[in-house]
This record gives sequence, structure tokens and C-alpha cells, in this order.
Amino acid sequence: MNNFFTRKYAIQGIFIAVALIIVIRLFYLQLIDDSFASSADNNVLRKTIVYPARGVILDRNGEVLVQNEPVYDLLVTPIEVKEMDTLLFCRLIDIDPEGFKRRMETAKKHSRYRASIFEKQISSVNYAQLQEHLYKFKGFYVQNRTVRTYPDSVAAQFLGYIQEVNQNDIDRSGKFYRPGDYIGATGVERAYEELLRGQRGVKNQLVDAFNRPQGAYADGRFDTLAVAGESLVSSLDKQLQIFAEQLMKNKRGSVVAIEPATGEILAFVSSPGYDPNLMVGRKRGENYAKLAQDPDMPMFIRPTQAQYPPGSIFKVVNALTAQQAGMIDEQTIFNCPGGYSYGGGRGWMGCTHADGPTGLIKSIQRSCNTFYGHTFARMIDRRGMPAHEAYDLWREATMKFGLGQPLGIDLPGEKGGSVPTAEYYTKRYGNNRWTSSFNISLSIGQGEIEITPIQMANIMAIVANRGFYYRPHLIKAIGEQQIVKPEFTEKIYAGVESKYYEPVIEGLSQVVNMPGGTANSIKINGIEMCGKTGTVQNPHGNNHAVFFAFAPRENPKIAIAVFVENAGYGGVVAGPIASMIVEKYLRDTVTLPQYLQDRIFNTDYLNRRSPASVNPTGDGTADETNTAEEEEEEILFVHHSALPPRYGYQ
Amino acid sequence: MAINNQHRHTLFGGNVDWVTVLVWLLLCLIGWFNIYAAVYDPEHAGLFNLTTNYGKQSIFILSAAVIGLTILVIDAKFFASMAPVFYGITLLLLIAVLIFGRNVGGNQAWIQIGSFRLQPSEFAKLSTCLLLAWYLSGQSNKTPNMRSLLTGALIVLVPVVLVLLQPDTGSALAFGSLIFIFYREGYLSSNFMFMVGLAILLFVLSLLFNEWWIILGMALIMGLVFYFSPRRQRLLVPLISLFFIASAYIFLVEFAYNNLLQPHHRSRIEVILGQIDDPRGEGYNLNQSKIAIGSGQFWGKGYLQGTQTKYNFVPEQSTDFIFCTIGEEWGFAGSVLLIGIYLFLLLRIINIAERQRTAFARIYAYGVASILFFHFAINIGMTIGIVPVIGIPLPFISYGGSSLWSFSVLLFILLKFDANRKGVV
Repeated sequence: MNNFFTRKYAIQGIFIAVALIIVIRLFYLQLIDDSFASSADNNVLRKTIVYPARGVILDRNGEVLVQNEPVYDLLVTPIEVKEMDTLLFCRLIDIDPEGFKRRMETAKKHSRYRASIFEKQISSVNYAQLQEHLYKFKGFYVQNRTVRTYPDSVAAQFLGYIQEVNQNDIDRSGKFYRPGDYIGATGVERAYEELLRGQRGVKNQLVDAFNRPQGAYADGRFDTLAVAGESLVSSLDKQLQIFAEQLMKNKRGSVVAIEPATGEILAFVSSPGYDPNLMVGRKRGENYAKLAQDPDMPMFIRPTQAQYPPGSIFKVVNALTAQQAGMIDEQTIFNCPGGYSYGGGRGWMGCTHADGPTGLIKSIQRSCNTFYGHTFARMIDRRGMPAHEAYDLWREATMKFGLGQPLGIDLPGEKGGSVPTAEYYTKRYGNNRWTSSFNISLSIGQGEIEITPIQMANIMAIVANRGFYYRPHLIKAIGEQQIVKPEFTEKIYAGVESKYYEPVIEGLSQVVNMPGGTANSIKINGIEMCGKTGTVQNPHGNNHAVFFAFAPRENPKIAIAVFVENAGYGGVVAGPIASMIVEKYLRDTVTLPQYLQDRIFNTDYLNRRSPASVNPTGDGTADETNTAEEEEEEILFVHHSALPPRYGYQ
Repeated sequence: MAINNQHRHTLFGGNVDWVTVLVWLLLCLIGWFNIYAAVYDPEHAGLFNLTTNYGKQSIFILSAAVIGLTILVIDAKFFASMAPVFYGITLLLLIAVLIFGRNVGGNQAWIQIGSFRLQPSEFAKLSTCLLLAWYLSGQSNKTPNMRSLLTGALIVLVPVVLVLLQPDTGSALAFGSLIFIFYREGYLSSNFMFMVGLAILLFVLSLLFNEWWIILGMALIMGLVFYFSPRRQRLLVPLISLFFIASAYIFLVEFAYNNLLQPHHRSRIEVILGQIDDPRGEGYNLNQSKIAIGSGQFWGKGYLQGTQTKYNFVPEQSTDFIFCTIGEEWGFAGSVLLIGIYLFLLLRIINIAERQRTAFARIYAYGVASILFFHFAINIGMTIGIVPVIGIPLPFISYGGSSLWSFSVLLFILLKFDANRKGVV
């Protein structure tokens, strides 16, 4: 003991003071500030999303159109990565060392402690190689998920594709989707997204600081299972679709085949198409860019989005609505001197023939422009009312055939085509004193009217059904139960009594089955197919070819529309294609003469267009005269050239 | 102490302070249970599994007990006379470790012996303490003078420099706690201690705030002291000089901080002062540590129920961050109890120190108290975010053989001196 004994108390005082400071701080941390308690929960409890398998899509016979294939995402936790053979690693997953460095940097930027995706969607082949060596690469591990795969590479535009959600999708879904999720972008994938995606499950896992699972939380009591997406049975007939796609190779255009009794779509071809498998996997971005820039626009869904004047096939609609209006009947005869003169002799709409007296049936068989000129003139000018009012009646009747508005098919982005209004003409001609002479080309499906290929096929379905249709649709059953959406079982009447169909059908039959019919060369022995050719005038290049038909005449099983852009006369290309598809569907063989088949398979129509005719909206109309190339051609001489050019067309 | 107790403890040569031994044992056991909890894995339980930290710690505790009891039977004179030898050996080890040492976590601080690693800097604290007590006790009949103060300071500074070379700033700072010895022995005045405390305070403040604000605040406080002081005439000159010295010091700190500190220390300091918010980088340890302790709340989550420490959220949870496990699983109640036990031990050591008859034993005892206090305050302080994260263990509780042995030896030598205090040293 010495003089400084009392300093003991100072030192002890310091000890006590420091201990008190610590206790006060602990009091604050543990009792006052409860933000740490909740941080701790977040630290430990990790809700892992269990992704459900997306629903498969089958064709009408149960064959697979889309299914899922496992792929492997490679993840990395940067802090766990040890020295390793980078070159071998790069070789195994098929990247270059530069790419390795770049990915590593990205992962580190994200987090050194948490796993982030190093490489997406490694194929099972690459995965098999990688797996053997994976133990050498500390910090890397693999997580599997599934991607879409299309075993036959068919029906790309019909099925659509899925893509990673963007911020818009996330916001719109009310945060249902999270970044990295996939969503149907087009086609069935988009239309039936809610059914296909299934229900996500949640797995509550305890994880450590490195996000490594440490077991289930509360023995999985709060976990939910993932529910796989519904499988969809589409209306498509896969074999028919494959065949139709083969036929449409090297052509621009559409094929739509509908089962008239149900409205189910049997084939749905948009050509040129693309291999749907291109929209999956690591090269997706690259492929997408290529497809998007292709001048032939393979991503464009022509059957529902391309709008063309229908051409001669529209005579069928005029024949039906004119009968219903009482303007003509089966006995009505017009004389065809080789063309229809109108406007007091100032205008002339020519025919390919001069058949003399022509009745309804013959008018269809021979595709007589004169007959329909007269018919249209009666409907517009002789109804005991001003022409524009009569035109409204005509328009209303026409639209009942599903024209001028979308049909309501279960595919996003469907266009409705257009049937111009009376006001349109009143505005165009400055007053409402116009008559049928001013839009006579509507009588033969030219001019301002536009319809989509699926609407064309639907007209045939109406004729096949003698007066009604079911909304065309892509999906006939959802999941195990064969549920069809109610809107697809509703019978929609076209407003023309069934008795008026018979003469028209007889005419359609003669088109194919009687010598002198415009499509006699494609008749199918033993099956009475009823059809109609059409040639759509295209001021930008070669005419578009169209053929629509249904078969057999009694109890029809298939209604079809074939539209080939820039292919010239309808009977030459569109007709044989339709004939082959119909026979293939009904009898599973093709008996069409070999030279016709060869012509279809071998001709390259893609390069026949003139450079200026990139015209995907089908905006080519026949306001101007055009030299016919084929001897059977129906030639139009419409005097619309004297009129101001219509809006929206250069 | 009662004389009639004497024969009961003759085995260890006198009055062993069994209370302190019990506190020591208690702390070791608390340590062991929490190390067990920190690495607890229900699938691989096994108390003496030598591949686990708690298995090894069992061995460390048993061997520390054996060493402790051995110390109690050795003649107390041995430690006094051997102090220079120990010191020399320690210096050699500290040099050796710089040459042959094993680099762990950026510090060249370990000598590998078999599967165990020895950390000479832990033992350096012990031998420095002994030599300092030995030297200062030789001067104790003289008035405290500058020469012996400088010699004493040199005894401390040599190992400090060697430890800094490793570089192990945390251990080096621990030697600074020996300042309490110089204070107790009268080498340093109360004013000086006040200045040191002020210096530490200003150091932290100058990193936290703009220097001009601190100077302004300082001027304000000094002005108030001057105004309300009854003897303001006498205070004028000291206050003004203090003001200028302090201001110069603040700028010096600013300069030293930016130019002398290692970047990782600088960033740790900045994190703790809240100047940078970086919960994934340098702040990770501290942030996770605070989450673990804070989530314990009043009663804690219960033994082995902690989620933060068990799942490796807190790094170094068995060693430097062992207090997180206690805070999380035992809560505020358990933490305060532990702090109470520690404070009891520290105060008791001071009381033991003051009852020694020899200056040697007293000075040594103060050294023990200072070192334990420093580790206690800094270690717990860093886990709760009031001092920078510098890696030093919590004595008797943190996992590790070197630290447990050196702290136990430190304590048991004191107990030997105490038991023997009636004898002649």
C-alpha cells in the first residue's frame, strides 16, 4: 500500500462506468430497437418459390405440340469460388474466358455472399458433361427448371412463345410475377397464360448467411405445393398442320381450316413461319432479332392479322345476302355480254367470258362479274330508299357473316378487317347522292373491303352449316375435364335462311366438280368438295391467290381458306393446296395429279414479288386495272381509277 | 483473511482465493456452452468430438485447469525471478513469428505446432506484465520519476512494436491498457489520465464530425466552465492552453487517420461511426452481430435456439464474436448477468491487488485487471457497435487455446501471489 491507494476507486469507477455504458447500449439494442428482431427473421427464413411445370399443349388427337424439357441454370456464389481450371470450365459450358470474367464480375456486383445466375439454360447435353467435373468448381452449383420444347417444330404462331416478364407485366399482374418469371407472349401461350402457368408453391427454408439451405422450417407445415399448369387440348390436327406447313413452304400466306360443326380450328398456318424452338434457350435473343428483321415477317400472324380484299370469293356472301333481301332468287337471270356496264355506260367491269344469260348457280361456277354487278346494283339502288340507306342494310347483312369485326378467336391480336360505312362514301364523294356505280367493286370483293384469312374460312363454315357458325377457336378442352369456354358453344346465325344456301352450294360444287368450273382441275374423286377461287388485285405486285372450300357437301367436316400472296390466279396455287389438305384430312391420302403437287412443292413464290410490294397488312386493292396472265382469269375493269385515291393507301 | 483457514489450503501454499477460481471456471463453462451453441448441428452432436471447436475447447479448458493448478503449487518466487527470462523468450517468439509464422486472416501471428496454433502475442501480454511489475517494484521505494516511467514505457513498447509488425493492431492496443498501472503507481497524474480520456473522446468525435464543429463545441463548454467556475482567474490560462492543444490534436488526428491507418481499419472505423453504410462489405460483421444480439430481446431465444449465430450469419462467432451467441440466446438478462460476472471479477482483482503486501504482486495484479478490462470492454463493445471492430478475444469465453491458456496463466499467477501474500517475495 502506498500514497496512491485511493486511485483504486478511480480505476474501479472507470470499470463500472464502462460496464454501465455496455448495459445501456444492450438495453437499447435488445429492448428498445426492435428492427433487429425482424431483420433476424428475414435473415433466416427464406421463402423459396417452387415453380410449377407449365401446362402442356396437345393436339386434338392427344399428340404433344408443346411440352417441357429440363434445362439447368448454373449459379455461382462468388465468395465460395476457389482457384480452378477456368479453361476447362469455359469449354464445358461453351463460353469464352472473356465471358467468364464478365459473368464473374456481374455476379460479384450482385452479391459476394448470395448465389446469382452465372449462365442460364444449359442444355442437358452440356449439363451431363459439366456434372462430372462440377466438384472441381467450388461455389458453382446447378438449379434445374424447365423450358418449352416443340417436338415437331410446328404451329409456331398458333402456339406462340413465352418470354421473361418485363416491368410492365409485373406491374399489370399486381406483383404476381417476379423478375425472371416467364409469361406467354403470343399465341395460345398468352391467351391461356392463367391456366398454363399453374400455381407456384412456397417452400419455407431455414438458410444460413450464405443462403445455404439448412432444412425445412417447422417441418414444412407452412409450405405449399406447386400445382402444375393445366394441360390444354387444342383443336389443331397435328398431322394436318405439318402437311399444311409443308405445302405453304416458300410462299407468303395463310391456311385456316375449321371444323364447321364446332368452330374448332384444324390447321392454322402463317407462312413463312419459324421454328418455335428458336424462341427457347440461350440463343433466343439472337434468333428473335433475326426473325423480327426478316422482310417476310415470320412473326406476323397472317391468318388473324393480315387483311386483304377477299376477291371473287366474296361473291358467295353477296349471293346469299341478295337472296335474303329478296333482290334475286334462284331463277334470276342476267345477261353477260362479257362485262357489266354502269354509270350510264361510262364504267365497265369486265368478265373473263361472255356467257350470255347467267343464273345464280352458273354465276358462281363461272365467277361472273356481270351477274354480281347487277345484283349489287339492285341491292343498293332498287330498294325503294336512298342508296346510302340501302348500303347500310347491305353492310349490316355482310357483317353478320363475321366480317368487319374480330371474330373473337382465343388468340391475341386478332384484326377485324373492314367493311366501309356509308358515311365513308358520303364523305369521299362529298354528298350522299352516290349510287352503286360509285363502289361497284364491292360486288366482287374488291375495293375498300378487307377481311382476314380466318374470316374467309369462317364464311365457308357458315355456308357448310347452311347459316350459322361457332366462333373459331384454338382450344377445345382444358385440363382433364373437357371444358369448352361457353362463348365457343354459342351458335351464331349469319342472318340468311338456310334455303338460300342450296343454289349457292350447288354453284360452289360446280366450281370444283363440273367441267368449266374455275377449279375443276383440283376436284377430288369421291368427295364432293364445294369451293370458290379468287384473285385479289394487287397494285404493288403480283395478284394474291385465294381459294376457299368446304367438304364434303353433305355433312361437311372441313371448311378451309387458302391465301397465297403474290401467287397469281387463285385456281393455280391456292386451289391445289386446299384440295390436298381437304383430301388429306378426310381420307389421309392425296390423289391430286402429281404435276400439280410438284408445282406446289417446288415453286418459290417468296421471290416473285416486286420490291415495292412489302404489304403485310394486305392493303393491296384493285382500284386499278391489271393485266391478267392466266387464260381462265377473271379480269376486272373497274373505273375507280377516275376517283380520288382512297385514304390510307399511297 | 482468517488465519484458521490456512491449513485447509496448504496444498497450494496458502490462501487460494477460491471465489476467483470459481468465477474463472464459470466463465470457461459459459464460453464452452456458447461455443457449442455457435457451431451446434443437431445431426453431428458429440461433446468431445475433436474435429469441432467445442471438442477442442473442452481440451483447452481441461489443460488450462491443469496448468492453473500447477501454477498454484509452483513457488511464487519463480515467477518473480523468471520475469526477465519470460520476457526475453516472448520477444524471441514475436520475432520468430514474423519470420516463420503462419498467416491467418492477414496477420502473421501464429506459430503452427502440430494441429494447434500458438499465438505469441497472447503470451506477450503476460510476460510484459510480469517484467513491468518486476521493474517498477524495484523502483517503488523511490518517488515516481521520469526515468523509471520511460524505462517502464519502453518495456511495454518493444512488444507493441513487434506485434504491430504482424500487423495485429488489436493486440497492440491491448498493451495500452497497462496505462492503469502507471496511474496507480503515481507515474501519471489524474490530469494526465483526464487528458488521455479526452484524447480518446476527441479522436472518435473528430472522425465523426467536422473538426470545426468540435472546436466550436469545445469552446462553448470551456466558456461555460469558465463562467460558472468560482475561481475563474486560476482557470483562464489552463483552459486556453487546453483549447489550443486540443484543437491542434484534432487536426493531427485527421492527418494521422488519413495517412497512417490501414485502409481496412479506416473503413471499419467509418462503418462503426455510421459514415458509410455498407451492410454487405465492411459493415457485414457488425450489422449481423447487431442483428443477432438485438433479436435476443429480453429473455433471449433460448439455448441452442439462436438462428443468427447457428447459421453462420455472424462471422467468427466462436472466437471474437462469441458475445453474439450469448446476446441472441440468453437475451438482455443473460448478457447483463455475464457483464455482472465480469465486473465482479475485475473489481475483485483490484481488491486482491490492494491487499498484496509487495509492490510486485500489486502492480502485476493491476496489470491483470487492465488487460482483462481492455479485452472485456473492447470485445463486447465491438459486437454491439460502440467501438471499431478489432479482432481481440473475450477472455475465458472465446474459442481458442492460446488465448484461454494465456489469460488463465495470467490469472492463476495472480492467485498464486495472492495465496502466498503472507510469504516473502
